[in-house]
Amino acid sequence: MSAVAETIETVSAVTEGGYKWGFETEIETELAPKGLSEETIRLISARKNEPEWLLAWRLKAFAAWQSMTEPGWARVTHPAIDYQAIHYYAAPKKPAPRNLSEVDPELLRTYEKLGIPLSEQAALAGVEGSRVAVDAVFDSVSVATTFRKTLARAGVIFCPISEAVREHPELVRRYLGSVVPPGDNFFAALNSAVFTDGSFVFVPKGVRCPMELSTYFRINARSTGQFERTLIIAEDGAYVSYLEGCTAPMRDENQLHAAVVELVALNEAEIKYSTVQNWYPGDAEGRGGIFNFVTKRGACRGRKSKISWTQVETGSAITWKYPSCILQGAESVGAFYSVALTNNFQQADTGTKMLHLGPDTKSTIVSKGISAGRSNNTYRGLVRIMPRAARARNFTQCDSLLIGDRCGAHTVPYIESRNATARIEHEATTSKIAEDQLFYCRSRGLSEEDSVNLIVNGFCREVLKELPMEFAVEAQKLLALSLEGSVG
Amino acid sequence: MALLEIRGLAAEVEGKPILRGVDLSLPEGEVHAIMGPNGSGKSTLAYVLAGREGYHVSAGSVRFDGEDLLAMDPEARAAAGLFLAFQYPVELPGVGNANFLRTALNAVRRARAEPEIDAMKFLKEARAALKRLSMSEEMLKRNVNVGFSGGEKKRNEIFQMALLRPRLAILDETDSGLDIDALKIVANGVNALRGEKFSALVITHYQRLLDHIVPDKVHVLSEGRIVRSGGPELALSLEESGYAGLVAEAAA
Ligand SMILES: Nc1ncnc2c1ncn2[C@@H]1O[C@H](COP(=O)(O)OP(=O)(O)O)[C@@H](O)[C@H]1O
Ligand SMILES: [Mg+2]
Repeated sequence: MSAVAETIETVSAVTEGGYKWGFETEIETELAPKGLSEETIRLISARKNEPEWLLAWRLKAFAAWQSMTEPGWARVTHPAIDYQAIHYYAAPKKPAPRNLSEVDPELLRTYEKLGIPLSEQAALAGVEGSRVAVDAVFDSVSVATTFRKTLARAGVIFCPISEAVREHPELVRRYLGSVVPPGDNFFAALNSAVFTDGSFVFVPKGVRCPMELSTYFRINARSTGQFERTLIIAEDGAYVSYLEGCTAPMRDENQLHAAVVELVALNEAEIKYSTVQNWYPGDAEGRGGIFNFVTKRGACRGRKSKISWTQVETGSAITWKYPSCILQGAESVGAFYSVALTNNFQQADTGTKMLHLGPDTKSTIVSKGISAGRSNNTYRGLVRIMPRAARARNFTQCDSLLIGDRCGAHTVPYIESRNATARIEHEATTSKIAEDQLFYCRSRGLSEEDSVNLIVNGFCREVLKELPMEFAVEAQKLLALSLEGSVG
Repeated sequence: MALLEIRGLAAEVEGKPILRGVDLSLPEGEVHAIMGPNGSGKSTLAYVLAGREGYHVSAGSVRFDGEDLLAMDPEARAAAGLFLAFQYPVELPGVGNANFLRTALNAVRRARAEPEIDAMKFLKEARAALKRLSMSEEMLKRNVNVGFSGGEKKRNEIFQMALLRPRLAILDETDSGLDIDALKIVANGVNALRGEKFSALVITHYQRLLDHIVPDKVHVLSEGRIVRSGGPELALSLEESGYAGLVAEAAA
């Protein structure tokens, strides 16, 4: 079986006034052949009117990628991916569903459970002609305009990265690849060679971003799924909270996803990055589903800078993801709060890396893994204290919860300390949902399913409370939905 | 017919027979006490009535308001109006007490086709109940039973009972380990609900609680059987002579 399905590129699927994509219509007709070669990369770059330096950067990444092999150390197994069978640019469109009755009923049922209105369901499911509905629901033109105005007034740049390449080339050039170099790892190299879009955020010195930035409202977020590239920079004293993803799974024909996210925090800057990942996990028999190979890394370059990653991962057939912090500035702080839930045949190998370079740096890791069905859930975390990181501190807490007896939970902590003044604490627990807890809840009138949800939500509390309020509520619903059918 | 009719109930745990033919009839509106030595099967009886897994009924029947109680899931029993105050209340880390109770209350209300209660109204009722029970509102914010003292756990059970308003409450040694003030709070909680529509099985090891909750009847459970039934005075005489004589008498 080929592990990769067709790519759909519908750039700027949701319209926005004043947003200019010169070649929008061309994209729908012009196809790149399947496969990855220098020509494909040149085509992508040319189509995007990219400057010479970016093409050169992509080609270098491609050269690096060609000399690399897929990493084999993660506890995941999947059929070989045929990288030459993928359309990296403007794949032929599969016909979009003409109305909701042509949409996978499973997907619609999910939307219903999440309480998504009908009109919005159509848009998420990619029903033809439904962009009007999206506009009506999100009022996207006016939302986008008002929020662009507010951000512009504050001096914050928030736009698609391809736009940033054109409008703010000096910033992109300075920071792109500065945290995740193009040759960092196999999937990051692939992304660097072929990324099509993603977000760019720049918060200038001393500015507190006046609103949470969410891809949900970023107008073209829908089309950038496969090789997404995100770059966020917070200058001295700046603050920004960024929300990635959407709790509603989108219709997506791509099987391979390889995103790269880079964060840069300068002196006393703070970046909060929250993710709800809900890509299609495959069916109950383990057929289909997204392979999600993500490289996320933040550099705390400045003194007293802070980066926190909060993630709720319930989707994808395979999740390979280690949001990390490079704690370079003295007294900088990194945090990783994670809930990873796997059910049926899902596989997650996720965790974090905290690299302590500067003195008095601090990091906190709270990981909650929930395994149900026949799934496998691995926490893999590295805490490395470098010689100059005097008095560095790390606290790691890793809890696993098992539902049923056919699933697996694995904890793989790597700890390396090269400074004797560092303090590292690690706590780990593995438990099953206890029979007495279930019975206690049921004896109060809760169904078995509601009881499991309540216990699971309680188990994840420390992580969920790190999410912005509305996101946390959505995340709870999502956990419940993902656990469906795991008990009884 | 009585609200609760237990006939010839036998049950085993892990293949070991614990209940060996229990007969008990509890008319609506009455409060009965069940006393007996440790290990006589009091908690087992409570769990069987509440529907705990692993407690296998090998013979007999239980009717609750005419329905076959043993055929129902634990949650259906709760919806039908049964409440068990646990001898050892269970901790639910990360689950707020208020959230837990409102979820439970609404689950029960849904099952009874009653409208759900909103957060504001719930808080109002919860605060009123706490006040009646001389408990702190702090209780609502804490995680269910996590870090509670033994006494707080027992009082939390009574608080839950006050909000869920069961038709039949089974109190499994709710008095154990309580000081006299806490004991009175628990007794007041039960007495406040007493009336035509409320019945209770009060399981206790000591006569002490029955000074405050005066039962209509007292049953003595020994080795999985009810060996003696009588009025409140039976509890008093037990206090004097202990279980030993009675148990020997039953065996003879
Ligand atoms: N889960 C269990 N597994 C094995 N034996 C049990 C279990 N629960 C109770 N028992 C046994 O059943 C008997 C009755 O216990 P229990 O109902 O707790 O008595 P009581 O509440 O009257 O003290 C005891 O001998 C006890 O050891
Ligand atoms: Mg007992």
